[in-house]
Amino acid sequence: MPLNLVVVSAIAYVALLFAVAFWAEGAARRGRARWLRGPLIYTLSLSIYCTAWTFYGAVGTAARTGLEFVTIYLGPTLVMVGWWALLRKIVRIGQVQRITSIADMISSRYGKSTALGGLVTAMAVVGTAPYIALQLQSVTLSFAALAGPAQASLNDTALIVAIGLAVFTILFGTRNLDVNERHNGIVTAIALEAVVKLVALMAVGAFVVWGIAGGPSQTFELIEAAPIATWELQPGRWLGLTMLSAAAFLCLPRMFQVMVVENSDERHLATASWAFPSYLFALSLFVVPIAAVGLQVMPAGSNPDLFVLTIPLAQEQDALAMLAFLGGFSSATSMVIVACIALATMMSNHVIVPLWLAMREQGATVSGDVRHVVIGARRASIVGLLALGYVYYRFTGGGAFLASIGLISFCGVAQILPALLGGIFWRGATRAGAGAGLILGFAVWTWTLFLPSFGGGVAVSAATMAEGPMGFDWLRPHALFGISGLDPLLHAFFWSMSLNTLAFIAGSLLSKATAIERVQGAAMVNVFRFGSGARGWTPATVEAEDLLMMAQRILGGREAQRLFRAEAVAQGKRGFLPDVTPDFLTHLERQLAGSVGAATAHAMVGQITGGLVVSVEELMRVADETAQIMEYSARLEAQSEELSRTAAQLREANEKLTALSIQKDAFLSQISHELRTPMTSIRSFSEILRDGGDMTPEQRSRFSGVIHDEAQRLTRLLDDLLDLGVLENGQVSLRLETVPLSGIIDRSLSASGAVTRMAVARDPAREQVFIETDPDRLSQVFINLIGNAVKYCQAPDPRLDIRVRHAGAGLDIDFVDNGAGIPRESQDVIFEKFARVGDPDAAGGAGLGLAICREIVHRLGGTISYLPGQDGAAFRVHVPLRQNLSAGLAAQ
Amino acid sequence: MSDGKRVLLIEDEPNIIEAVRFILSRDGWRVSTHADGADAVDAVRARAPDLVILDVMLPDRSGYDILADLRADESMRELPVLVLTARGQQKDRDLALRLGATEFMVKPFSNQALLEAVRLIAAPSTEAPQ
Repeated sequence: MPLNLVVVSAIAYVALLFAVAFWAEGAARRGRARWLRGPLIYTLSLSIYCTAWTFYGAVGTAARTGLEFVTIYLGPTLVMVGWWALLRKIVRIGQVQRITSIADMISSRYGKSTALGGLVTAMAVVGTAPYIALQLQSVTLSFAALAGPAQASLNDTALIVAIGLAVFTILFGTRNLDVNERHNGIVTAIALEAVVKLVALMAVGAFVVWGIAGGPSQTFELIEAAPIATWELQPGRWLGLTMLSAAAFLCLPRMFQVMVVENSDERHLATASWAFPSYLFALSLFVVPIAAVGLQVMPAGSNPDLFVLTIPLAQEQDALAMLAFLGGFSSATSMVIVACIALATMMSNHVIVPLWLAMREQGATVSGDVRHVVIGARRASIVGLLALGYVYYRFTGGGAFLASIGLISFCGVAQILPALLGGIFWRGATRAGAGAGLILGFAVWTWTLFLPSFGGGVAVSAATMAEGPMGFDWLRPHALFGISGLDPLLHAFFWSMSLNTLAFIAGSLLSKATAIERVQGAAMVNVFRFGSGARGWTPATVEAEDLLMMAQRILGGREAQRLFRAEAVAQGKRGFLPDVTPDFLTHLERQLAGSVGAATAHAMVGQITGGLVVSVEELMRVADETAQIMEYSARLEAQSEELSRTAAQLREANEKLTALSIQKDAFLSQISHELRTPMTSIRSFSEILRDGGDMTPEQRSRFSGVIHDEAQRLTRLLDDLLDLGVLENGQVSLRLETVPLSGIIDRSLSASGAVTRMAVARDPAREQVFIETDPDRLSQVFINLIGNAVKYCQAPDPRLDIRVRHAGAGLDIDFVDNGAGIPRESQDVIFEKFARVGDPDAAGGAGLGLAICREIVHRLGGTISYLPGQDGAAFRVHVPLRQNLSAGLAAQ
Repeated sequence: MSDGKRVLLIEDEPNIIEAVRFILSRDGWRVSTHADGADAVDAVRARAPDLVILDVMLPDRSGYDILADLRADESMRELPVLVLTARGQQKDRDLALRLGATEFMVKPFSNQALLEAVRLIAAPSTEAPQ
């Protein structure tokens, strides 16, 4: 067949796909052709599971290993039919949490972990690269088979195919950024390709059965005769491969993309659960006949992987061969496109954007800014992925069997399964467990399957393969822990999944989940308890009135109405309710954000526009904002409390000042009385003496004496007043010495003249204690107390007890007389200035003496108090044995 | 001269008592003293003096209370009372006069002024018979 025809056909086919994708996207945007988002297209889109590997490789596998190829269909079929509930749960979670990829799923479940998202992305990229290489290889091989190997270099063809696929994927996969990451155009194009695949394979099958073999019965005879029928089934390998394909079906990024992310209604799953297995059945119907007939009619040594193509060619059925080529081409391109879109989303969301955000100095960014980065990141990812696939293709030399490359990939992505299933069924699963399982499983896969797949001596040396790294033979890639003789694939699958699961469970049990992990765990495990799944929403269904009502509550009536009316005018509408356009929603959200914060505004608009379920992350952000607002209001509250406290303090201070002013009046009045009394005597007697008249010399002398005494009394009073003033202002300086207490008491007794007037009982032994104090000042206190006893003790045989005892870090010195004592009601006030015992207008008070005593004792770091309940008047002076500066200061 | 009229001095300061006693005695008054506030009213009733000189700041009882009690007693309503106090503010004077003090003098006093005040307030009863 001429090369040009093949190239033109391929290009024409791609152009058709372009047209379909473009049309479907437009129709979806305009809300038309609803069947485009119906269960049929959904089911057909799932067929990206069947890649070129299935299209060509199934026949090859059948030709080489009999019915083993069935396992690849059996796994997904069992999942679709038997574990439909699991798929529904994953789809529901995907809808509710707005999951964008398998990496996002794992990351979301384990507390929005960027690290896990990145890890899964890395695993998916490494696991998918061989798969892309596989598609390139199949397209290249089919191209060569159709056009003849001499016509073009295989490597050049592969490169051109890779570039072409990159362009197509970029054009349709990154045209716009949708929150839900849905791509209606691509999905429709893929559905069309699914039909082409099926039709092509069935056409070839029909041709083989009826055109070559001559009917079903002859075909069965051929099958009976072919070696296919005699291959023994290995139950272990069957079971392993079925499990592997089932696991891969759930974990492949591209399957997650079409099954969960592109799903617009979870009811479509119900249709797909029977329709997709039927599709698989139809696709596999003619695999064995084609293989059997191919083995029969094709020359020995021809590649059974290409029977689908080479049989029609050999029979000179060029049109059929072209159809078969397009079928294989469809299988390859649809897989590559969807895988690239899924992986590009993962790479941009979980690797590139987080890195870019981390590198920027400020975290907050303009949304348009991020948009450019995201789109750029996706385009670069797509190019990178295809480049990686091409490199892998070149490395493996394009020689490996199609099926074996596919299985290596399957096993790699299957490592995600424990974290995925554990995450949605076990609330105890933790980030640490998931990370440990993923890393260990992936490491084992890399060592036992991926690196050896490059062939002898490329990535792992032959010596290492045979003897293990550095002589550790239990680490031999194909015989871990010394268990040899297993099929390498099953060996890798068994060990990687076992160790992965073990590490996952152990890690989860040993580590503690964070708050967001627990929240996400509960949300995913119990996803069916939380309402019905989200349906897609269209802005057209949103009532502008609802939005206005909400906006009024937040912005206030006038401002909200102004906003809406301005928009209505801008749209050229009458009235004040504008059409709800995405632009208007964005604008409104920004306005609201000014009042309630961005996350809250987004959540509110989302709620009203319907269907948008608020994610945990958004709720957390809402909570953050609320907390900030509450903190602000708490600050205001605190300030207002502070103000009222200050006001109360001012009031109190004012009351104190008033009270002080009253006290001052009373004090002045008291002083005036205390001063006037001696002055009265002085004046009166001096007038008597001055006026002369008859007086005896004794009288004259006595009157002069009174004048003298009263003048002395006045002086003493003034001295006391000044002394007290100095003491109260804290201006007194103490002259500290360490002296025996007995000396101070001796001095005080003799100065007060008590010994001659009353019996004094002392305790000489206890008085022999040294204290650090100001002896003059302490003695002044003692003189005052002893003097009071002398003055006021009216007992017939007056007596004074002076008792000393240690109390804490100081001494108690008690002065107890046997007089009448001080009445209970006066005991509280005797230390006040001019406190008088009895009626406030009555005279005869203790004057300033005790007030001075109290000030002095405080300066000395001690206390003075009246001891009630003794025989007579009893005062206790407590002074510290040692002075320390802080105590003295504290006393001020 | 006082014709031997009796003055009761209610005062607790010994030196002031001595001075007032000397001044009034020399003028012919018979001076008796009482130093305690508590039973001062009884003392006045018992001694029935022609004139009372009353201090305000006494032990146990205020001079104002004593004055109020005296005025409350029918027999002593007209008794001349000279309030002699060291509390010399206008409000003290007002209070004393309102309570029925016949005269109000502030310590320290001039001997001559005291003598004249005593003579003046005792006069009605001394001059009426003439």
